[in-house]
Amino acid sequence: MARGYAGKFIEVDLSSENVKDITFNDEILKNYVGGRGLAVKILWDRLGGRWETIDPLGPENIFLALTGPLTGIYPGSRVCISGKSPQSNGIIGSTVSGEFGNELKCAGYDGIIVTGRAEKPVYIFIADGHVEIRSAEHVWGKEAPETIRILTREAREILGSMWRNAGAIREPAIIYCGPAGENMVRTAAVMQKISHAAGYGGYGAVMGSKNLKAIVVKGRGPMPSVASPEIVKILLREVERSLLERDRLRRWGTGYGGYEVGARLSSEPVRNWQEEWHDEKSFSGPKFDFRYWVKRYWSDFNCPIACMKISVIKAGPYKGAITDDPDYEMQAYLGPNLGIFDPDKCIYLSALMDYLGFSGINGGNTLAFTAELYEKGILTREDLGFDLNWGDAEAFERLARMIAKREGIGNILAEGTYRAALKISEMKGVDVTRYAVHVKGVEVGAHGTRSGLDFNPIGYACSPQCGDHTSGVYDAYNDTVIVFLDSAVVCSMCSSNLIWDFYGAVTGWNLTKDEWAKTLGRRILHIQRAALLLGGPDIFWRPEVHDDNPPRFYEPLPSGPYKGKTTDRKVFEEMKRQYYEAMGWDERGIPKSSVLRDLGLEDVDIALEKIRGQT
Amino acid sequence: MGKREFIVWVARDYLKCTGCRRCEIACSIFHEGWIWPEASRIRVFMLVPGVEIPHFCAQCHDYPCVNACPVRALSVDDDTGAVLVDREKCTGCGACIRECPGKIPFLHPGDGKATICDLCGGDPQCARVCQEARFNALWVVREDKSRWGGFSRKLFAQMPEDLTRDVAVNLYGEKAEEWI
Ligand code: SF4
Ligand code: SF4
Repeated sequence: MARGYAGKFIEVDLSSENVKDITFNDEILKNYVGGRGLAVKILWDRLGGRWETIDPLGPENIFLALTGPLTGIYPGSRVCISGKSPQSNGIIGSTVSGEFGNELKCAGYDGIIVTGRAEKPVYIFIADGHVEIRSAEHVWGKEAPETIRILTREAREILGSMWRNAGAIREPAIIYCGPAGENMVRTAAVMQKISHAAGYGGYGAVMGSKNLKAIVVKGRGPMPSVASPEIVKILLREVERSLLERDRLRRWGTGYGGYEVGARLSSEPVRNWQEEWHDEKSFSGPKFDFRYWVKRYWSDFNCPIACMKISVIKAGPYKGAITDDPDYEMQAYLGPNLGIFDPDKCIYLSALMDYLGFSGINGGNTLAFTAELYEKGILTREDLGFDLNWGDAEAFERLARMIAKREGIGNILAEGTYRAALKISEMKGVDVTRYAVHVKGVEVGAHGTRSGLDFNPIGYACSPQCGDHTSGVYDAYNDTVIVFLDSAVVCSMCSSNLIWDFYGAVTGWNLTKDEWAKTLGRRILHIQRAALLLGGPDIFWRPEVHDDNPPRFYEPLPSGPYKGKTTDRKVFEEMKRQYYEAMGWDERGIPKSSVLRDLGLEDVDIALEKIRGQT
Repeated sequence: MGKREFIVWVARDYLKCTGCRRCEIACSIFHEGWIWPEASRIRVFMLVPGVEIPHFCAQCHDYPCVNACPVRALSVDDDTGAVLVDREKCTGCGACIRECPGKIPFLHPGDGKATICDLCGGDPQCARVCQEARFNALWVVREDKSRWGGFSRKLFAQMPEDLTRDVAVNLYGEKAEEWI
């Protein structure tokens, strides 16, 4: 049996309510590891032949929650969520921190594969070897706090009757979708705890499309055994020691970014990215730190860094709002990008987006996009039902709730920024796609390219994860490290050079960074690329058009010390050309036949024939 | 009396616990040889997200668990004050759990025997890793044996639900009631 793995996966078909254990042979595990890599393999094997026809929100899509061999053992426990993405129509590996991954492994499973669609709302309950599909009608429509409270109570009762006399029963780990996911909003996240989100990809909507409210898991077994336990223990100490040196990340997380990224780097979205600079000291790190943070160090299983902070509003009209950090991305997207520079409002809206089950980045982006259309007079009070001025937290709350429930204009905006832009362009007879700040349907992270101090010009444009700021591309060799972290399924903030040795000591299989970068990791990226380019069924991407930044990234910065600067088209084109070449993609960005065949990906090559001739 | 002048006690600050659960990892590696959260003698309860309660033996002065055991499987370590479990004798009846004011002991998921913090023989591994990370949720305090009974350790043997309620209100304010 492969070491570091629990040894089996659960497959649940919600249409037939059939539950079974499945396994993958060592060859597959060696090559695709787990998490993002294995997701790509599973999705491609099962759906690759008819990828363009699969509706990500239809019953034929597959919802995956996968761990990897390092999950729970290496610092920073995560789980990787995947499937065909309702945002990009490709495959995104979306990881989220928390105890779900380690609980699942202690319950004896490496991952969960969910197919079909339940007739009524359900959740999947797993306790050691026991797997059950249970009704979720009583939690359907509930926001995060209620959902967690009800499911935690219920699970502890069931566990108490299963493990009588065993002592106080702990809580299970839960992944769930909020109301936004239930209503198949494409910017919906898969949530864990109150505010942990697998945000990119829109997989909350995939859960909703399957009538799957949550997966609840408790494991009482040990972490799976490893090939060289004594070496693993030594390496664990070493990695921890190096992580404990990440002082700034430990003390502040990314929660000082809301001011710093704007003021110092000029790369923070402000009013739907019309600007990327601000110098609003009301929004500074110390403000968040000392007025709101009730916990300065908040972790998940096996993490010594604790980059998360918990914010609580203790006074004023927003009293009672609770969220983590907010981290930089939330600060930016629910702050300056909505014209908000009041931390109270930002924290309140961050909590709201979490509770409704949005990706704060993706969903926050749509809010700002709508506000800009309102500012420009393209969307009016009649269209929205109210005024939507920058800085108006109440109006943004109203809009977010309408999107989560698909009410009124919310039904269009629930399709995500780009798809909504296409519809509104049609409706209004003006092209509003230029205000949609996304790459291939995925709203981009809160790091701009124009000042030249933050994200590089091709970071989003050429990434198979599109707008995902955690997986931007730059150099075809080193970029594969993140693919490994997402496949071994550990937190990207806990990366260390020792991870290759760690992997070897856990699995007993040798793997060097070189081998990963040139072969294994590359294979995963090629398949992701192929799925993205095949796309469909509602939108198809053409690399010559869509391997690009949002139009706004080519407008000159209107303010700040880098005023006038913008993304240089020429530099972009040259970097893109070099990147394609380094990846083994042709001049249109399609993986070359010879490259795919050398890697043993004949089926991918055949599938890509469909788009090779197109121009 | 044992060799030490002081007994060790692990002071706990639930407000500071990060939920990293590295104490569980350290504990289970020390006692089980491998990572096994549900076999860790210290178990972090997170009944409300963000409210993490490291739950482990408080070494009550009157040791209700020890006295409750019908087969005398439990004893007090003369040296550290920890409760020791004789796994040969323990029948897994759960009497110690029922008598503990905090329902802290549990039956080991492997052998089904009562499992209680033994203070690692005087060098608690949980507090070490917690201190190393400067989280300070766990802190070893030395208690003078001659002043044994100087403060009421038993008050720390509380149900996770009760501790959660207090800490949640402290952190989150009145709204916390909605969470539990
Ligand atoms: S090591 Fe400390 S901070 Fe981490 S879970 Fe244990 S008590 Fe909490
Ligand atoms: S806290 Fe519980 S287990 Fe510890 S001495 Fe008291 S009764 Fe016994």
